[in-house]
This record gives sequence, structure tokens and C-alpha cells, in this order.
Amino acid sequence: MSKQVKQLDRVIIRFAGDSGDGMQLTGDRFTQESAVFGNDLVTLPNFPAEIRAPQGTLPGVSSFQVHFADHDILTAGDAPDVLVAMNPAALKANLGDLPKGATIIVDTHDFTGRNLTKAGYDANPLDLLGDANDPLGEFQVQPVDLTGMTVEAVKEFGLSRKDAARAKNMFALGLLSWMYGRPTDPTVTFLEKRFAKVADIRDANITAFKAGWNFGETTEAFVVQYEIKPAPMAPGTYRNITGNLALSYGLIAGGVQSGLPVFLGSYPITPASDILHELSKHKAFGVTTLQAEDEIAGIGSAIGASFAGSLGVTTTSGPGIALKSEAIGLAVMTELPLVVVDVQRGGPSTGLPTKTEQADLLQAMFGRNGEAPVPIVAPQSPGDCFSAAVEACRIAITYRTPVMLLSDGYLANGSEPWRIPEIDDLPAIEPNFATERNQTVVAKDGTESEEYWPYLRDEETLARPWAIPGTPGLEHRIGGIEKAKNTGNISYDPANHDYMVRIRQAKVDGIANSLPPLEVDDPSGEAKVLVIGWGSTYGPIGAGCRRVRKAGFNVAQVHLRHLNPFPNDLGEILKRYDKVLCPEMNLGQLSLLLRGKYLVDAIGYNQVNGMPIKAAALAEAIGNLVAEAEGVTVDLTAPQEAAQ
Amino acid sequence: MTTSTELPFPGLRSGVELVPTNDQPQTGKEYTSDQEVRWCPGCGDYAVLKAVQGFLPELGLRRENIVFVSGIGCSSRFPYYLDTYGMHSIHGRAPSIATGIATAREDLSVWVVTGDGDALSIGGNHLIHALRRNVNMTILLFNNRIYGLTKGQYSPTSEAGKITKSTPMGSLDHPFNPVSLALGAEGSFVARTIDSDRKHLTSVLSAAAAHRGTSFVEIYQNCPIFNDGAFDAIKDNDTKADAIIPLVHGEPILFGNGTKGLVRDTETGGVKIVTVADVGEDAILVHNAHNPDPSTAFAISRLTDSGYLNQSPIGIFRQVERPSYDDGARAQISSAREAAPGEPADRLAALIGGGDTWTVV
Repeated sequence: MSKQVKQLDRVIIRFAGDSGDGMQLTGDRFTQESAVFGNDLVTLPNFPAEIRAPQGTLPGVSSFQVHFADHDILTAGDAPDVLVAMNPAALKANLGDLPKGATIIVDTHDFTGRNLTKAGYDANPLDLLGDANDPLGEFQVQPVDLTGMTVEAVKEFGLSRKDAARAKNMFALGLLSWMYGRPTDPTVTFLEKRFAKVADIRDANITAFKAGWNFGETTEAFVVQYEIKPAPMAPGTYRNITGNLALSYGLIAGGVQSGLPVFLGSYPITPASDILHELSKHKAFGVTTLQAEDEIAGIGSAIGASFAGSLGVTTTSGPGIALKSEAIGLAVMTELPLVVVDVQRGGPSTGLPTKTEQADLLQAMFGRNGEAPVPIVAPQSPGDCFSAAVEACRIAITYRTPVMLLSDGYLANGSEPWRIPEIDDLPAIEPNFATERNQTVVAKDGTESEEYWPYLRDEETLARPWAIPGTPGLEHRIGGIEKAKNTGNISYDPANHDYMVRIRQAKVDGIANSLPPLEVDDPSGEAKVLVIGWGSTYGPIGAGCRRVRKAGFNVAQVHLRHLNPFPNDLGEILKRYDKVLCPEMNLGQLSLLLRGKYLVDAIGYNQVNGMPIKAAALAEAIGNLVAEAEGVTVDLTAPQEAAQ
Repeated sequence: MTTSTELPFPGLRSGVELVPTNDQPQTGKEYTSDQEVRWCPGCGDYAVLKAVQGFLPELGLRRENIVFVSGIGCSSRFPYYLDTYGMHSIHGRAPSIATGIATAREDLSVWVVTGDGDALSIGGNHLIHALRRNVNMTILLFNNRIYGLTKGQYSPTSEAGKITKSTPMGSLDHPFNPVSLALGAEGSFVARTIDSDRKHLTSVLSAAAAHRGTSFVEIYQNCPIFNDGAFDAIKDNDTKADAIIPLVHGEPILFGNGTKGLVRDTETGGVKIVTVADVGEDAILVHNAHNPDPSTAFAISRLTDSGYLNQSPIGIFRQVERPSYDDGARAQISSAREAAPGEPADRLAALIGGGDTWTVV
């Protein structure tokens, strides 16, 4: 039977099922296939904090959304075009996000009375399809017995019914792969490798995957195949990468570029643990990973390793930062290189461990006793976590300071195609260990002697020398008590304390002199409204600005990688615009900093629901502000040619 | 699903085997920094500092390869007074910082100086995990059974009922026995000594430095300001023969000028004090610090008074060989490196360029 092929420029698919149904794997495989095919893409995994929440219930639903397109895209998409629902709970939990006309593929097998009750359905919605009161009447529903067909397809391998049914996610993947013309070889190769040691499981999964494809090809239920052409991308070699993986690679790169062994002290915490897992695989790069007894020991061991001449790193999420605060202060005082990674999640307290948020900015900025300035770097997309981590290492080593690297749950688990950088393009990082005494001291009797002063600063960077144990003649003591200028001896002198507080601040402020100018995206040069953000809101803000521009209006965008210190040109940029909008997944933390430092009336656009900001809603807010600033009526629903 | 693997540990024996040595004779003066010592007059810390400054030259190590790490408290000022590398860190965290130093560098002799509050109260977790991991370092716990730097509150080793500024009607806390705790935390070297007995202190320090793994040394240390006389019974010439139960590996455990000794207590499974004349010297327990089973060492540690100290075993309770964490961590890195030759930059390019890739021209 010949099928119709329809061209689309982009599609958003959401795979949803029970947390044991393998939806993350299914979504990840579909993503890899799309990446290899050459589409641009962005993903959004969404799963419960419980490893196996009660089966079949709404809290147990796990989903993976992938947005892929024939052009450059920035977000995982606001609303799915296609929902694959493996059970009634998955249908119910995700229905509210679907736009009218969306396609729903459901596994009819799991629509049993028991599962329907668990999901809170009084009646089976599939029994009402086509009726006058069909609750799914707005959608294109495709009921398919995915489980039944999977069990039938893998019969020959003699698996238990339970094991056979577990391959249903691969059947679904096969079907979707057929629908969207995805290449199948990468998944077959993946399954061969993943289940290399269990032949029957391997064969069952590959067979189910192929059976799903063949079902699409032959059934009359699916009459249309879709084609989404590859997206034009800058020349280079690409791979799909998640934020946590890119961040791990960036830390390894920081070690290679500086020639320092990386030492990670870490305590497992969602959503940062994958960085610990990844780095523990790379001992061949001289990376030591210590799973510490608690968050404090994680950072303590990293500080010790830095003192001994390693690149100390600790990884955690917001609750861990709270525990590490005192030790971060010690690193500020001892002026040792240290990278502190905070993969932010919903807070406060335990909060929402598997959901995303940007509410640790002020904690990173101020969450310590005393005047304890810490540079802050934030990646803007999953792939960008790599270069943000390298930048954090550069600052930490060059300026002898702890650096906060603020990722978040969305960046950590989300993925995108990443152009693999050339090693030659990475910055060289110079540890410049002290090897000689640095000060001539004249005694009262006129005799001269050489001493090592651990707090004698570099004139340009204000960084102190880093002398590591084993260096003869440079024996010295550092610690948390206030230091005397230059010598580093204990000092309670009031004027000295005032001086040291200011010089530590000046050192961090001076990092701005090493930063490139900000890139302001203002295509027309006539925008009156500037949208400013940081971190993972880059995608939604960019997509929101595009919508506004597409409708013929002007808006500028600037995105901050450095939150402390701010780049030198930020103040001047803010002054150029009549209105400044600051979208954040918090209640206005960057806004507060901008207002405080630049006396600018930064207007917040704030959302703290554990999910990325939706581009369409943000575009409306931008549009409203453009209307206000320019005194025009803004209607984003009626695209028009730009005035010029 | 549990899997495990045989761990390749190098067969190192001495705690300072990989630390570079100095072929020139050293003096205590070389180990004395130019900083003025600021403890109260009469503080037991002076004696320990003097003993350590006198003992370090005997180790014969290069001075720049020695690191002292401390937490917070009176004793934690110790590193400032030694001309080695040092860090005066934050309250309770010294073992974690020392763990990082010792794991990062095989060529350093790492020492932790801590007190009863620092190690057993705020830093209890780090102490037990350092002992469990058996990281190659020596922990000197200065136990004065009181909080000194915060001016006289009871500590986790103070006797119950102690009247202090924060316990005007007497402390309700039952104290820790640091040696029992260290033994329970899988300590591979556990000892106790006294600030005022320089000879014993030095011999214990020597054994601790030579031990590979975490060496735990409790040092009874008098605080003349807030807890003066806490150790008088074991220091007073008239009472110390009955108060100190000396532990020497391979020797029968006798005290009270040979009149008293320890035997196994078959009723409790522990040990008990007997009069030698009643049982005969052959019946007296011979101390075996190398016993793989820590039960007897633990039983002996229980003879320490938990109230006012009238009786306490002193010496090396336990000294056994066990792989150290840092040696294992370095061995894993070495074997991973051997398996992946090549320039780091090339290997980094291969790493980040791995996985499913595609090329756009």
C-alpha cells in the first residue's frame, strides 16, 4: 500500500508512560535518530522524583518531549503535536498540554478497568471515540494495541509475558520512527550493544522495534508519513549532548587545558549526580572522583586537593550549596581555585528534585557570611554547558577563587545538537605555580633575606600566588582567619580587614576586564525593548523574540553568561533601551541585581512552576511591552511583513 | 543487583614510604614558624607542640612535603606555629580537607590537628569516614574534655553532670570515649597518649607516622583555664601507677606497679581488672595490637572512666594493616592511564568527538 508523504517544517512529540515503561530511553533514541538525520532539535525530559512511583498512577507518569525541525529552533516546544500515551494515566496527565487537532497514539492494552480507575477515569475514553460526547473529540486518536502486538512479535524468543511486554516501548519507537522517516540503524546498533550480554532480550527489543516500523508501513490505520528535512547548520561535526554530559566534558577539558589533575569531591544529589557518574569514568585523564560522606566533605576534599595543586571541583544542587556555604567562604578567604557546580532544581528545601528552576542565583551571589564575593557563570543551553565549564575553570585558576557554575535541571537532562569544538580553539589556562620566594625583606641590621608572601598579589589580576606543598622554601599557612595584607599572617587589625575585604571584592570585580563585549541581538537596531536573561531561559527568550519580530515588531535580546561580575558594557547597553524585560524561572533575582547595580527599571517576567518558560506566552508579554514602549498596537497572531 | 571487583592495592607498608626524605640533619627550630604562640599560660598544647617540633626532624622527611591541617578550636591554631605547609580550616572539616590533600598527592605526609569539640561534635561525621576509608594521614585529637575557645561549655567528652556555663544544673550528655569510637569506625591505628609524657607521646607519634592508613591518636591535654586538673589522677605521681593501664604490644597488661592486671571476663565477653596475686602472672592478658579482631581492643577501651578520669588505658590499642583509600584511588588512576596512552589533548578530542556524530559541510 503506498502511503502519502507530507512535508512538515517541525514536529513536537511527547512520549509518556509509567515511570517503568522506558519512556526516557524511547525519547532518547528518537532524539539520537533525529540528530543523526540532521534535524535541529531540543528535548525536555520530565520525570517524577520517585524511582518507581505507584504503577499506573498520575504521579508515576514519566515523559520525554522532543522538538525537531528543518530549521534552527531554540526550545523543546510549548505544546506537543503528537502524544504517545502508554496507559490511561499518561493520557490524562498530558492531555491538558495538547493543542486542538493533536495526534494521540494510545496503547489500548493498558486501558483496563483497574488502570482507568487508578488514573481517575470513570469510563474508558477510548469506548467513546466518535460519540457525540467523545472527550477526545478535539484530537486525532489512534488506538493501537502496542503491548499485544509486541508480545506477538517476540513470541519466538520464549520470554515471559512480562519481559516480552517490556519491549513495547521499542515497538512504539519503531512506529514513530516509520512515521517520521527516522534512520533505524543507530537504534539497532544501540540495542545490540546495550543488551549484548542477554541475547533473548536484545533480539526481542530489536524485533519489537522493527515490528513497530513494519506495522506503520503496512497498516491502514496510518496513511500519512511525514518528512522533516535536515536543518541547515554551520559546517562542523555534531553530536547530540545533554547538559550534564557537556558540563562533565568541560571540566575534563579544564583539566587538560590547565595541565592540572581534576579532583571531584561530591555527594549524590538530583539532578547533578550524572556529573559524578560521568567523571568517575575518566580516570585516564587523571580525574579523581571521591564520593564523600556528605556535601561538606565533598567541597572540603576539593579544597584540600586544590591546596595540594589539583583543580578542585564539587558538584551539587541547591540544598547542597546551602551545606557548602561555609566552605565556599573558606575558599574565598584562602583564595584557592575551586569550581562549584550547582545544577539548580525547584526549591526551597527539598523542593522539586527533578524539576527545573533558576532560584539559586541570589544564594550563589550572597549565600555566605561576610563579604564573600564569588564569580558566577551560567550556561545557556545543554551544549553550552561545555564552554561554560571551561570558562569557570579559567576564572577559578587564573584568579585563585571559587567559581559558581549555575546549570539547572532543564539544561542537565535536556539535549541538543552540539557542534564539537576544536581543541585548539579552547583557551589555554595557566596555573603558574609559585616556585620562588617573592619578597626581599631587610632586617633592622640591614641584612636582606628572601621570603615567600602568599598574599602578595599580581598587579593585573590581583590574584595571589599559588604555592603547592612540595615546593621548598615556600612553606606557608593559610586559613579562614583574616590575613594580613601580603604576608598572609593572622591579623585582627581593623584597617587591614577593611583593605582585605575591598581587595577581595576588587579582584572579583576585575574579572570583568577579561570578558568579551556582550552580543546584543537587535536586528533592526531600532528596538525600544530589551529582553535580558541568563541560563536556560535563553531558548524561550530567543523563541519569544523571534515571534515578536516575525509579527513585524522590534525587540532586542541580550543573554548573560557572567552574573558576577557583570560584563563592563552591560550598564551602557541597558541605558540604550526604553524598557527592559527580565524573564526568569524565579521571582525576580536577576531583576533585583540589575536594579541594584544599574538603577534600571527591570520588569520581571517570572514563572516558578518547575518547567521551562513557554515561548508563546513570553512573546505576548514582550509584545505588550513593545506596545507600551512604542505606543502601537501589537497583535502577534497576524503575521505581517516588517515595515521596511 | 550487586557486583564487585577485586581491588588492586599496592603493597605499601609505611605511612611515609612515598614522601621524599631529607639527607641533611634537621632541628626543631627549622620546624618553628615565626608566629607568636598564643595559647594560655600552662596550656597542654605547648607541650604537644614542643614534642611535635622535636619529633618531626626525626622523621627525616623534606619539610616542604609535610602538611598540617586543622579545624577550629584552641588546638587548631597548631599549624600556624609549625614551619611546614598548613591550613587552619573551618570547624570540624579538617579530616575532609586532609582527605583531599592525601588523595591528590602521594608524596605528602598529612597531619590533622583537632580537638574533642572539633572532631567529635561538629566534625564527627568526617572523623568516622576518614577512619573507615583509612586515608593515609595522622589525626591528633587533643582531648581536654571542655570547650576552650568558646570559653568553657561542656564538650562531647565531658563527664555527665558537669557544671559549666551552658549546664548550670549539670550536663545531661553521656560522653564519647574517643578510642571506642575510633575502633568502632574501623580505625586501623588507634592510640592514646598524654600531653605531659613527652617520651610516650613521641613514641606514639612515631608509630602513627609509620602506619599506612589513618592513624588516630587521642592526646589527653589539660586546659588550665576551664577544666584544670581533669587528668590529675593519671599525672600525679602518687596515683598514676594505679590510674594508667599501659598497653605495650606483646607485653602482659599490668599496672599498679605490677600488682594489678587484665584478664578476659568470660561472663561479659570483655576484660576485667584482677589482682595478679590472685590469678598468677601467666593468666594476665598479653596485649596484641595486631589482632585483626578489634573486640579485645574495644573491651580494653571500655576500662576508661567516663566520669572523672581515675583510670585509663594508655598506648596503642590497635595497629593493623588495611588498604588505604588514597593508595587505591591512585592505583585506579594509574591503571586507567596505562590502558589509555596518548596525549591528553588528542584523547580529549576523541572523547568529546565520540558517540553518534554527523558532519555538516
